[in-house]
Parts: sequence; C-alpha cells; structure tokens
Amino acid sequence: MGRPTEDRPDRRPERPTLAVWKFASCDGCQLTLLDCEDELLTLAGQVEIVHFREASSAAGDGPYDVSLVEGSITTAADLERIRHVRAVSRRLITIGACATAGGVQALRNFADVAEFASVVYARPEYVATLADSTPIAAHVPVDFELRGCPIDRRQLIEVLAAHLAGRRPHVPAHAVCFECKIRGNLCVMVAHGTPCLGPITHAGCGAICPAYGRGCYGCFGPSPAWSGTRPNTRGLLPWLEMTEEETRRVLSTFNVAAFHEAAEEAGPPEGPASAERAEPPRGPGGGDGR
Amino acid sequence: MTHRNDRTLRVGALARVEGEGAMYVRVRGRNVEEVRLDIYEPPRFFEAFLRGRAHTEPPDITARICGICPVAYQMSACQAVEAACGVTVDGPLRDLRRLLYCGEWIESHALHVYLLHAPDFLGYPGAVELARDHRPVVERGLRLKKAGNTVMEVLGGRAIHPVNVRVGGFYRTPERTELVPLAETLRRARDDALATVEWAAGFEFPDFTHDHEYLALTAERYPLEAGTLRSTGGRAFTAADFEEHVTEHQVPHSTALHAHFTGGGRYLTGPLARYSLNRDRLSPLAREAADRAGLGPECRNPFRSILVRAVEIVYAVDEALRIIADYRPPPRPAVPVPPRRATGHGATEAPRGTLYHRYDLGPDGLIQAARIIPPTSQNQAAIEDDLRRFVADRLHLDDHDLTHRCEQAIRNYDPCISCSTHFLDLTVDRS
Repeated sequence: MGRPTEDRPDRRPERPTLAVWKFASCDGCQLTLLDCEDELLTLAGQVEIVHFREASSAAGDGPYDVSLVEGSITTAADLERIRHVRAVSRRLITIGACATAGGVQALRNFADVAEFASVVYARPEYVATLADSTPIAAHVPVDFELRGCPIDRRQLIEVLAAHLAGRRPHVPAHAVCFECKIRGNLCVMVAHGTPCLGPITHAGCGAICPAYGRGCYGCFGPSPAWSGTRPNTRGLLPWLEMTEEETRRVLSTFNVAAFHEAAEEAGPPEGPASAERAEPPRGPGGGDGR
Repeated sequence: MTHRNDRTLRVGALARVEGEGAMYVRVRGRNVEEVRLDIYEPPRFFEAFLRGRAHTEPPDITARICGICPVAYQMSACQAVEAACGVTVDGPLRDLRRLLYCGEWIESHALHVYLLHAPDFLGYPGAVELARDHRPVVERGLRLKKAGNTVMEVLGGRAIHPVNVRVGGFYRTPERTELVPLAETLRRARDDALATVEWAAGFEFPDFTHDHEYLALTAERYPLEAGTLRSTGGRAFTAADFEEHVTEHQVPHSTALHAHFTGGGRYLTGPLARYSLNRDRLSPLAREAADRAGLGPECRNPFRSILVRAVEIVYAVDEALRIIADYRPPPRPAVPVPPRRATGHGATEAPRGTLYHRYDLGPDGLIQAARIIPPTSQNQAAIEDDLRRFVADRLHLDDHDLTHRCEQAIRNYDPCISCSTHFLDLTVDRS
C-alpha cells in the first residue's frame, strides 16, 4: 500500500489543461482516450490531464482549457453538473453518441420511463431519472461534437491535436459511402443486397462494417446537413427492402433521437416502403414485461 | 448521541473505477455501523428497451452497457439467444469467440493492473503520474493493453463495441494469414505478461482475507465463453438454472441490484473465484507464473487479485496463441439461428466475473423479456462486507488515511459501475 496520493510538484501550469467528464454512458468513449496506447504518454506531456476520474484519483480544480464530455443528460443532478462543467471549461467537446444524440438510452424518449423503471427495478421510486435522455448541446453551448458509438480513436487524436495547434479539426462530414470507396470495400448493398445505412450515416469509423461484410448500422448517427438538406433517408429506405418494423428497429438504436429528428425534417412519407417517420419499437406493453 | 470517536468517511466520486459510484462508512466508537457502496450511475433501462427487439439484436445493443467489456455482453447474449433457438455454435467459430474474448481479457486486465490498480500499491494518483518515475513499466502495460485491443480489432473490427459478432457466429471469419501478424504481437505480449506477474509479486499486500463463497464457470478449459457454474460451497448448476440459485434485490442507495444465493448468503465472482475454482485448467506457463508469484491453490486476499489478473493475462495470451496455431477457417462465418418461441440463458466469464443473460422470445422471434445480471451487482454485498471488516481492523488510522485505503479496497474488485447499473459513491460516517 502506498503513501496517500497527492498532486506532484513537477506540475507545469503553462500546458493546456484537459478534463474528462462522464454522464449517462458506457465509459467506452473516455476509454478511447486510454486506448491511444501509442500516444497517451506523449499527450500527457503536451496537455495536463487534471481531471479524469477513470484514470486518476488526483483531481485539479478548473477552469480547464478543454473538457471532453461523455454521456447524455438523464437526471436532474446531471443537468446541474453539465452547467457547472460548461462554466469551468474554455472549450467543451462532446464525445460519442450519448453526448451528441442522447445515446441508446434515448429509446426511453419514445416510451413511458416510469414503465421502463418498473421493468428493471422492484422499487422504481428509489430511482431518480428524467423522462428523456438528451444530448449535451440541448442544455449548454458545445464547441465541437465528435460522433460515434464509440468514437474513433484517430478522430479523437485529430480533434485534440487540432486544438493544441490552434486549427480546425479535420473531421469530414460526409457519409460512410465515401469511406467505403477510400477503403476499397465492395458495396454490400449493391453486391449482396445487404441492407446498409452507410448512405445516410456520418463518416468517421472508416467503414468497418462493410469491410466485415455487414451493412452499416448507423452507430455514427445521421450524416449532417449537406447543401442545406438532410440525409436522404426517404431515398434510401426502398433500397433496404426491409419491413416497416425492421426499418424502425434499424433506425432506433444508438442515435435513435438523431435519426428520428432527421427523418421528421425530411418530410411526410410518400410510399408504403417509406418509414422515415418510423416510430421506435415498443415493447409488447402490459404486464411486467417478462 | 455523538461520541468523540464517531466518524463518517465519505468518498463522493470514486476514482479509477469504471462508472460513477461513492463510498459511505459510518463508525460509532469501535462499531462499524454502516458500510455502503452507493451507485448513482444513472439508470439506462436496457432490460426494458430490449423488449420488442429482434432476436438478432442483443449482441449489438447489450455491448453498449459497458465500453470496457463489450465482448462479454456480446458472448453472453449470443449464448442465451442460441440456447433459446436450440442452436449450438461449436468448432472453429467457438474458438474464434474464445480468441476475441482473450483479446478483451488482455485489454481489460492490463487496463486494471497498470492504469487503475498498480498506482495504489506504488503511491501514485494514476498511471500518467506513475510514468513520470517509471516510464518503461507503464509502457509495458500499454503495450500489453494494445495487444489485447489488436486481437479485438482484427477479429471484431474495432476494440470497443466490435461489429463482427452476430448470433450464430461472425459476419466474416479471418483467413489464417490475417492471424499470423497477431501471433507475432502476442509472443511479445507473453513476455510482457510474465514480467507483469513478477513485477506485481513484489508489491506489499495488506494482511487481509475473506471467506466468501466463490462462484465461477468451470469447463474443460479455463472458463471464458461457456461452462457449468460451480461454487466453493459445492453448488453446481447450469446457466438455465441461474435464476433459481441467484436472487437479485434492490437497495435504496443503489441503481444496481444486489444479488445473493437464493436462501443463502453473499458470494463473490471474478478473477479470485475463477482462479480458485479453475487453477488446474491454467496453461502450464500461467500455472508456473502463479507458483512463482506465491499464489496457492486458492487466493483469499482481495489485494492479491492484481496477481491473479496478471496470471490470467498470461493465460489469455497463451490461449490466444494456441487458438491461432490450431485455426482452420470454418466453411461458413455463422450458423443459421432461426427464432422460435422459447427462453434462453447464457453465462460467460467477463473479466470481472460471471455475466448472465436471459431472453424470452415470442412466437414472432421478438424479445418479450430480458434479464441481465452483471458481475458487479453479484459482488456488491461481498465488497461491502470486506469493507466493513477492513475498516474495523484499521480504526486507529486517521480519516484521510482510512478513507484512502477503503478506496483501494474497493478497487481490488475492479467494480464496473456502468455495467451494474441497474452500481458506487465512498462516504466513511463516524457519527
């Protein structure tokens, strides 16, 4: 057992300071920072990591030059906490689908959260939670949003490096299709008829799924506004050759709220194959769900 | 009535654990009156929104419960769904699942040993601070961690939430030639893993033991992706009978449910249990490393769990190398798993212990109900019991020192709070 831990005297306050915060999430996006095995110690020489609960028991006070925020807002206490984080952060960067779109836990936004709590907990009254899971930007100004469930390691390094160099991060906003072409993937939809969300999904993963013979399942969320339009969900759906229920499910996972919003903006459905107003799947209802 | 010796120890946000938890300990005179591991990680309701999903969806959805052990969720989910559908996945596909799981064990254990746990023994707040004085050691840990991640990236597409796992097997299975460079990386990792055991064996361990009943899977090989549940108390049951033997209940201070044996008491799952029930099934190299580190036939000191994790890294590297050497690509990447109306159960060994899943499928193949019991909720009662006894023997310490040591005692268990929520803030109250 060691001596009590304290901050070390060789602290160099002239380095920019970095803080990492967690809200409702799986820890995977902040783990991405620790997964930068080749860069971690170099990064720790460039910035001073002053607050990172998962990695260190030392916690320095703000203000912080950069805050990385993982997770969505799902409790009243967290709503207060994100306002504090914003107040003590010069730049606030949200990382991952929970922080940028509410995450998979936003499936509750389309259901009765009290009923959800009753399925998991015998005494739901012990559990404090908000009805909706919301992205960080719904509550405080955000300086940069990095997408993905989980975020991509190379993109995280790019965003941090860009900040240190005082330039804009190079994080392309095109669809996964572009990355398939760059990677030289065979188009799984054209070649095999495999349903793929690549055409409407934000790039950043490097088109991993098609490289493994699987259709993209949208874990980076909808591709952003392009020339003033939204991702052409309506144009893609007939290509997927899925039932309405299947379409609803595939659009209702880790970025459910973002895909839902994008589909709403795309306008009303035109044909029977269109399900862009897809409601997320609901449980069979009634009973205790068992 | 307040005595001079009444004390409260509190840690509002535990560091170097996965997720959000706190500790609360209240001491009155010589009595430790209350010990609580508060889990305030916000609930995410996975079991609720799994209802109505297709039987093919649990591997991707439940992976998102935990970014540290997504493969564990994928493996337990696949096993449970396949059991419901009456399908067995065997041969090279099962070996590949084991290989992917080895990658996760190496990554997760290296993370805990080097970045989360070792700083406690060496007196540093974290690995970055540790690296200022011992850079080659931290670099070794990061190299090991990266080796585990590389296995997951090659086989799973990426290290966090791998994309290549599906009910029935994989989307694409690797060619032998793709695994060859992996073997090179793993041979280096084997040296690093052995050095890790030797390094950790030199730490100073407090004299502290417990007598919890241990629960772990047992199988022909050291347990990872399947097996029969056995306990040091002589229980033996299959995943299908898990809920008959284990009962979960809710406590007010936690969004994690506590589990205990039905009609019995607390138990412990995880590396200590796994090692103590399966030592004979370690690879010869891992067993020799355990012997040299002074680990006996069973390990009852939770502080020494760092040694067991290091030994399990040696095993996982060895096992990964064995699987790669024996690998012959299967004729197809997955076996068909047509859904049917049935209930299926799955239990596999996550890095932190046994992870149980159950799915009830309806006639349309959609999930009607889901149950997930992660290792940390099973361990919570044992952790609190350890803390209670640990504090009682160390009341002579001042609050600052005692609180600090309690936090270390909690980290022995590598609690995964993100997982257990449906799980932790340390407060010591000497009122």
